[in-house]
Amino acid sequence: MSILVHEKTRILVQGITGDFGARHARLSIDYGSQVVAGVTPGKGGQTFEHNGVKVPIFNTVADAAKQTGATVSAIFVPPPFAADAILECVEADLDLAVAITEGIPVRDMIRAKRAMQGKRTRLIGPNCPGLVTPGRGDKSHGGCRIGIAPGYIHKRGKVGVVSRSGTLTYEAVWQLTCKGHGQSTCVGIGGDPVNGTSHLDVIKLFNEDPETEAIIMIGEIGGNAEVEAARWIKANCKKPVAGFIAGATAPAGRRMGHAGAVIGGAEDTAEAKIKIFRECGISVAETPSDMADALLRVWRG
Amino acid sequence: MNIHEFQAKQLFEKFGVAVPKGVAVSSVAEFDTAIAQLNTAGGIMVKSQIHAGGRGKGTFTNGFKGGVKFSPTKEKAIENAQAMLGNTLVTAQTGEAGRKVQTIYFTEAANLGKRPDGRDDEYYLAILLDRATSKPVIVASTEGGMEIEHVAHANPEKIFKVHVDPAVGLQAFQARQIAFSLGFTGELFKQCVTLVTKLYQFYWEKDCAMVEVNPLLVTAEGKLLALDAKVSFDDNALFRHPDVVALRDLNEEDPKEIEASKFGLSYIALDGNIACLVNGAGLAMSTMDIIQHFGGSPANFLDVGGGATKDQVTAAFKIILGDSNVKGIMVNIFGGIMDCNVIATGIVEAVKETGLKLPLVVRLEGNNVEAGKATLAASGLTIVSGDTMADAAQKIVKLVNNK
Repeated sequence: MSILVHEKTRILVQGITGDFGARHARLSIDYGSQVVAGVTPGKGGQTFEHNGVKVPIFNTVADAAKQTGATVSAIFVPPPFAADAILECVEADLDLAVAITEGIPVRDMIRAKRAMQGKRTRLIGPNCPGLVTPGRGDKSHGGCRIGIAPGYIHKRGKVGVVSRSGTLTYEAVWQLTCKGHGQSTCVGIGGDPVNGTSHLDVIKLFNEDPETEAIIMIGEIGGNAEVEAARWIKANCKKPVAGFIAGATAPAGRRMGHAGAVIGGAEDTAEAKIKIFRECGISVAETPSDMADALLRVWRG
Repeated sequence: MNIHEFQAKQLFEKFGVAVPKGVAVSSVAEFDTAIAQLNTAGGIMVKSQIHAGGRGKGTFTNGFKGGVKFSPTKEKAIENAQAMLGNTLVTAQTGEAGRKVQTIYFTEAANLGKRPDGRDDEYYLAILLDRATSKPVIVASTEGGMEIEHVAHANPEKIFKVHVDPAVGLQAFQARQIAFSLGFTGELFKQCVTLVTKLYQFYWEKDCAMVEVNPLLVTAEGKLLALDAKVSFDDNALFRHPDVVALRDLNEEDPKEIEASKFGLSYIALDGNIACLVNGAGLAMSTMDIIQHFGGSPANFLDVGGGATKDQVTAAFKIILGDSNVKGIMVNIFGGIMDCNVIATGIVEAVKETGLKLPLVVRLEGNNVEAGKATLAASGLTIVSGDTMADAAQKIVKLVNNK
């Protein structure tokens, strides 16, 4: 097993005719993922072709889902229209909407997240690298790659990885793969202040997934999502967890205003988060080069 | 994006939020006509306009104390304004370099109301995103005119919060909750409900990241006024607010950050001497961390993004080298999909073009990394290769510290 997506997951791509969407749709097809539909309003009826794979394009997400059985959408729609694209997935009752788009207005996300309450569609992102469940083929080929992560760095295995940041996820994945340890699923939840799936949501899924034996959780300064997850881990998680927090040297107040510091409280800084990680029994990576080793200190593989 | 106090107050007025009357000018020649528009009977406040807090307690590099001054007469106001305009103000938030004051804001001085214990009758009000709930939150306190962090630490019971459901917006009962929690009654209660309602409308309609009024003041005449105003906007939403974009003051931004943004680079200057050039924000942040971990001091945050080109790498090198504190550079690229050889070629060209003499450590990993490393090795340049982030960080710290 894996979490959220697997080798047979049928994927649709919103924005498949744009440069960004097309490029990554091709890379997903090359990786062996099941890209079964594209959505571009006004281009319904056309076909997206790559290496002999023909992907039909639809005007709406609902049509695409109905006619191809797609259950997950990868969203590459430009920022002004991205929240709308997310809500279209909700209306079509998809399992998962993965919003890769960077730069969506916060107000749009506040409203979209509120509108998703009580609906079955789960959101990952926005401003995220997406997720990968590695395949069993050469260089993990045949897996499910949704988003922009490089497929080949992965290896099918037993470690779950969750992170806000793209390249930092790749760093952790590559360290694991180089040491011979594969991943069950790698999830990039995105760096925006308002996002769909949290660290904790993913940790809970990993905890329940029989294939996942150990977890790497990568966080950053700001907000309290990592702290929330760490406290849950201490009380509930059955599996060894390693963690890393980026931003120990980031200057205060560059992203957050003064009143933000009140809301976030004292648990906002890297120092505070690392301290809480330790208190919660998480093996802390001292540096980003140490992420896989930090896990291997508490898990034999 | 941040704006000046006078710009924030002009927007407040448009939305019906009460502020003291004021006029902003940027030359000495305009002082007279500006002050002539105000009722000066109660004195004039002369306020330096820079994008940084702590102005009142700041000191100018010419020795003049105070970036915000009460002036009892027009003559004194002009004298104070002349001491401020064109000079550099250093506050707790500006750093040592300070900021040059290019605009003076004259306002009618409010007649401060007093509480029974003799303190000024000042409150705190802010609206921003609460990340934990993904909802806007209104934060209010009876303890205005001081650092809100201080209140949060010393008297957390004096901070009140109301979360707004974005599906329906701010409700009247919520505005009343704020007014009640601040202890207002009668006419002031009504003024507070109106002010909170209008301020929220402004926050929501203009895509603000944060609106902060500190202090919110009750005058001796029983009027509720936003005495100061701090507003920042969500950069992602600027495309739908050309009127807000027009308020941008490039003088308040680091020229290197402006230059970086032209090339799609995200750059923030820091105080250290080891520059870094990285792809991805998380990796860039942790590259700064690892430099510090091994005893160095990062000079900047620089994210070249996911699909960096040769031009971007060259531009990034030029921006880094524009900081005279920089004594060494660490490049850290995880080329997932991006071709490491393209980056390596960009680095070689940038080094040649800029005539780089400083130590340079490059850590490349990922797609086509062997070709990238070969390109660096064949360049004939003294580029040190790092195998991992830790290896690269240790090497650059050693090279810089041994100089």
